[in-house]
Amino acid sequence: MNPYMAGTMLGIVLLLAMFLAGRGLGASGGLKYCVVSIVGAVDRSHADKSIYYSKYFEDGKKPLKNWLTIEIFGVIAGGFLSGALSKRLKFKIEKSPNISNTRRLIFAFLGGVFFVYGAQLARGCTSGAALSGMAVLSVAGFVTMIAIFGSAYMFAWFFRKNWI
Amino acid sequence: MGPISSLISMPEWLDLLIALLIGVGFGFALEQAGFSSSRKLAGMFYGYDATVIKVFFTAAIVALVGSQLLSYFGLLNLNMVFVNEYYVAASIIGGIIMGAGFIMGGFCPGTGLCALSIGKIDAMIFFLGGLTGAFLFAETYPSIQKLANGYYKGPVKINEVMGISPGLFTFLLIAAAVVMFWIAELAEKRFARPDITNEI
Repeated sequence: MNPYMAGTMLGIVLLLAMFLAGRGLGASGGLKYCVVSIVGAVDRSHADKSIYYSKYFEDGKKPLKNWLTIEIFGVIAGGFLSGALSKRLKFKIEKSPNISNTRRLIFAFLGGVFFVYGAQLARGCTSGAALSGMAVLSVAGFVTMIAIFGSAYMFAWFFRKNWI
Repeated sequence: MGPISSLISMPEWLDLLIALLIGVGFGFALEQAGFSSSRKLAGMFYGYDATVIKVFFTAAIVALVGSQLLSYFGLLNLNMVFVNEYYVAASIIGGIIMGAGFIMGGFCPGTGLCALSIGKIDAMIFFLGGLTGAFLFAETYPSIQKLANGYYKGPVKINEVMGISPGLFTFLLIAAAVVMFWIAELAEKRFARPDITNEI
């Protein structure tokens, strides 16, 4: 789809989230709740003792039954639907022909670690902090957006072999 | 006057159904934008494909203009819409760490989810990395708590800091976006990589 069309569609979804629920879009928050509930299931006493996890279990709360967690299940369903309509469903490792599958997967893993660690610190990723933040004119949104893109440009040279 | 969630006390199932449907729309729009491809996303940082900035700023402006129009016609109370709180150090350092993750992994969390939904194995591994990142954050939280919560400024709005109206700021942002779109189109020609863009 034309990028400006797709952007308009994304903007309308964001506007709907603001109008219906009084909030923006999010992705990394849902991942956090998944981790919190896994940790709670594996070692509940560790979760209760931790100043970080314990707040998500107060008053019998269930971290999986949460707006952000349900939202990311929706993201997966929506992506699948779009991929099916545009005939893009296929198991594949996407990478530059100049690098091996292993190298691509190692960097994909590391990228995930860094991205979500940073997102927890900044209280949101490209969706929740940068995009949704900009749409409500929050300074945090603009600062996070500039920091993400600025940093990616700064590091692009070091990782160029992976992409070009 | 919206948001709807503030008007009526919504039963939990309805609130979560909205979350699911918003998620479906979000994932659908990201995938239609072509963001299920890491090589397309990474193109932003090497110039051969600038879809990211086009989609990102178009979406922000549509939501910004739309919410202000709804507010102007009394349909949406913007004071009831969540405004991200500004923790100076956390926003900047978190953003820098995210940028490094972006160029290594080729995805952000939202686009990663959308790519794994159509079968990208690299996105599934990115997702596992993401869960690991959230786990590491939780476990290291006691030692970085000060950094995460320091320099707190509250939910400040950029137009208030600049001392201008939301409308004027929006106008300036649209003007800046038009310039960026023009640069983006030029960059795609200057740094064209047909060998990559034909594959993605």
